[in-house]
Amino acid sequence: MRFLFKTDYDQDIRLFQHGGQMFWYGLLAVVLIAAPFLVSEYVLSQMQFVCIYAIVGLGLMLLVGYTGQISLGHAAFLAVGAYTEALLQSKGVPFVLSISCAALFAAAIGVIVGLPALRLKGIYLAIATLAFNVIVEEIITRWDAVTGGSRGMHLKAVQLFGYPLTSDASFYYLCLALTALACLALINILRSPTGRAFVAIRDSEISASCMGVNLAKYKTMSFALSAALTGVGGALYAHKVAFITPEQFTLLTSIELVTIVIIGGIGSLHGAVLGAAFIIVLPQLISMAKDFLPEGAPAAGVQSVVFGLILITFIIFEPLGLYGRWIKIRTYFQVFPFYRRGTFQRQRAYLKSERLR
Amino acid sequence: MLGQSLQLLFAGVAQGCVYALVALGFVLIYKATETVNFAQGDMMMLGAFFGLTAATILGWPYWATILFAITVMAVIGMGLERVVLRPVLGYPTFTVVMITIGIGYVIRGIVTMVPGWGTETHALPTPFGNGVVRIGGAVIAVEQIAVIGMTAALVAALFLFFRFAKLGVAMQATSQNQLAAYYMGIPVQRVNMMIWGLSAGVAAFGGILLAPVAFVHSNMGFIGLKAFPAAVLGGFGSVPGAIVGGLIIGIVESFAGFHLAEGFKDVAAYVVVLAVLLVRPSGIFGETVSKKV
Amino acid sequence: MTFFAVENLGVRFGGVVAVDGVSFEVKQGEVYTIIGPNGAGKTTIFNLIGLIYRPTSGRISFEGRELEGAPHHVAERGIARTFQNIELFEHATVLQNLLIGRHRHRRTSLAEEILFLPRVRRAELAQRAAVEKVIDLLELAHHRDSMVAGLPYGVRKVVELGRALATEPRLILLDEPSSGLNPEETDDMAFWIEDMKKELGITVLMVEHDMNLVSRVSDRVLALNEGRVIAEGTPAEVQSHPAVVEAYLGGDD
Repeated sequence: MRFLFKTDYDQDIRLFQHGGQMFWYGLLAVVLIAAPFLVSEYVLSQMQFVCIYAIVGLGLMLLVGYTGQISLGHAAFLAVGAYTEALLQSKGVPFVLSISCAALFAAAIGVIVGLPALRLKGIYLAIATLAFNVIVEEIITRWDAVTGGSRGMHLKAVQLFGYPLTSDASFYYLCLALTALACLALINILRSPTGRAFVAIRDSEISASCMGVNLAKYKTMSFALSAALTGVGGALYAHKVAFITPEQFTLLTSIELVTIVIIGGIGSLHGAVLGAAFIIVLPQLISMAKDFLPEGAPAAGVQSVVFGLILITFIIFEPLGLYGRWIKIRTYFQVFPFYRRGTFQRQRAYLKSERLR
Repeated sequence: MLGQSLQLLFAGVAQGCVYALVALGFVLIYKATETVNFAQGDMMMLGAFFGLTAATILGWPYWATILFAITVMAVIGMGLERVVLRPVLGYPTFTVVMITIGIGYVIRGIVTMVPGWGTETHALPTPFGNGVVRIGGAVIAVEQIAVIGMTAALVAALFLFFRFAKLGVAMQATSQNQLAAYYMGIPVQRVNMMIWGLSAGVAAFGGILLAPVAFVHSNMGFIGLKAFPAAVLGGFGSVPGAIVGGLIIGIVESFAGFHLAEGFKDVAAYVVVLAVLLVRPSGIFGETVSKKV
Repeated sequence: MTFFAVENLGVRFGGVVAVDGVSFEVKQGEVYTIIGPNGAGKTTIFNLIGLIYRPTSGRISFEGRELEGAPHHVAERGIARTFQNIELFEHATVLQNLLIGRHRHRRTSLAEEILFLPRVRRAELAQRAAVEKVIDLLELAHHRDSMVAGLPYGVRKVVELGRALATEPRLILLDEPSSGLNPEETDDMAFWIEDMKKELGITVLMVEHDMNLVSRVSDRVLALNEGRVIAEGTPAEVQSHPAVVEAYLGGDD
């Protein structure tokens, strides 16, 4: 176990706490950059998906994991990003501008959703965002003239400063770069007053406001930031699949996005990325395991069951998600042989009620 | 004109009854455990499939089918509570909601894998036939009247149960104040289990009532998503609210489907719920509460 | 100009009158304590001052201007508070909790923070330096990087006091600072309250049950019963006031 002896305030806020961390993240960066030369085209394509989902996961983590607001409507922001990108590209707007617009427009919608959400708590907020998702989906389906309705929209490859990113590697680098930027932006926010205000709202709204945090302002801000990141993810997603229809942005997509956050581990940025990787890899694992399954079991059904079981298992046995599991394994080896089972025991109130009786 | 409105009203109320039953399931569980069961719609679907099996494969009469589906689902509901939900009692609401979403996935997946159920649509035979009743200028299907009547009967039975049965009173006490109920000697965890059973049974009943209106299909559980607005309209913790909310959503849908452009029918419920939440953040019958410091 | 004044404050919840026409003034630099039996409306008054509840009647003014708006406006005016049942940010470290206390001194914008410009870094270092003073004063260095959720009750109470002090308030509201503390910790609390008054020049308004602590630190005391003022004066005067004795011990009837 490593002990950090702090002699300087700067040590609390620098990006890497110690040299070891810098080494491992550096190594990770090298591997990710070298990936197009190391892995097959198929794996690379999946890695693009991981990056896209990681950006969305980071956005959702900011809202759910750090600000404590529930959203079951993030597929709507994904759709807003995707359709904005598709529309602007068809009008010949350059990519840098169009993806910024996708982010900004999603953020604006985020503010519109965030404002009524200020008064809503818990399950009411979940239902309101759910309703919002359904309404957005319906608008996209019916607004034929602009969105192509259920016929969908086609997209061309990204043109970055005049160069078309047609190869898998170039689009991968674009996704990777944006993921890295998203991570950095969130780390910066979280080590600044804004990020602390978010965490304060998550843990105790009443005492946050008594410390001078303007609840309305910061909740709206969190919705906007989260929606913006999801919008960026949506724009990339649209390019990745090259063909978008309203069915890709249903409530089920929203739930899938939330599971990224839950499985990855609520309240950690690592979790958002790990969760995204997990969601992408899981269907592959299931299709690989298909040979061992009884004849005639429909793939969709099997996937649904496995997905549900994993969700349940994680919440019951590993509430801190994949990242929490990793921390435990690491601690186990670091303190070997002194690890106790209770080290990470979570306090649990006997029905900690949000209701007053 | 009047006849037509009456006809729409009946169609809306019949559909609303199904929403109300699912919403009732939400409310029962929410009152007891502060959990919103996102698998309620899927439990309804599972109940409908059990009914289907009893009716078509075993060839049982309609009434036995209903009893069978309710019983099986009640047992499944209790089992779910014991195995999956009890370990997370007291966790944050959202965590438990995600668990129920997981349960929904599992149920939907399993149904598609069961031979004879699969991904096809099935029709559940009912004894009501295709008869109609004419009131004024309105033509009302006997099926709709049957749905309304059976829902009313169930609601009445539930009312009597909560009012007079010992278990019902214990359930009420538990949902009012779990800790106090526990101190008074009520076995809270067992009562919670019963509530899950009851809620699953109500869901099965709803599933069978829905069968004449829609077909039995592995995705019919998504109708549960329409019941959310119903439950929220009524204020999540209110049993009469759930019934009224369900009826409102059913009626609004029915009229929106007839009078407004295509597409409005499907979103009408959500537009209504968003509008209500903007004005009253805890629904129509919900009480506004704030944390005490 | 009065430093802090409450005039004819009243609130009712449904049919219950929780606070009924309460008026008092706090002078700058004093320790002013509100006492009273359970349900007398002490914490309700705090929640009215903090604008968590809306009063049905009356007004509250601080440094000559009326207090109005939302709870965060109160904090921005330089009034900090602690809570009876501790409302800390459980899933954050002690340091992070105290840093949230610095929120009202925030001068950087979101855009600057996303880029983490040198200006933000400098501001963050300055905030930490300010928080470190509080950590030193309250001897919290030992728990600096611990998660709040794992700390014992007594320490959490001190962390909450620290968070209020980190806002650099001119008026601090302490809601039962000694509840749940052992005699030794209560003793520390008394010292800190005196330090706040003498060294930091902070005016203290507190609700307290422990009469030893009250007589030791308070300059003036206000006694409440059933939402009404029954006595005001020095600790000794109030303690021997017949209405107070009756309120605590019950009447003859």
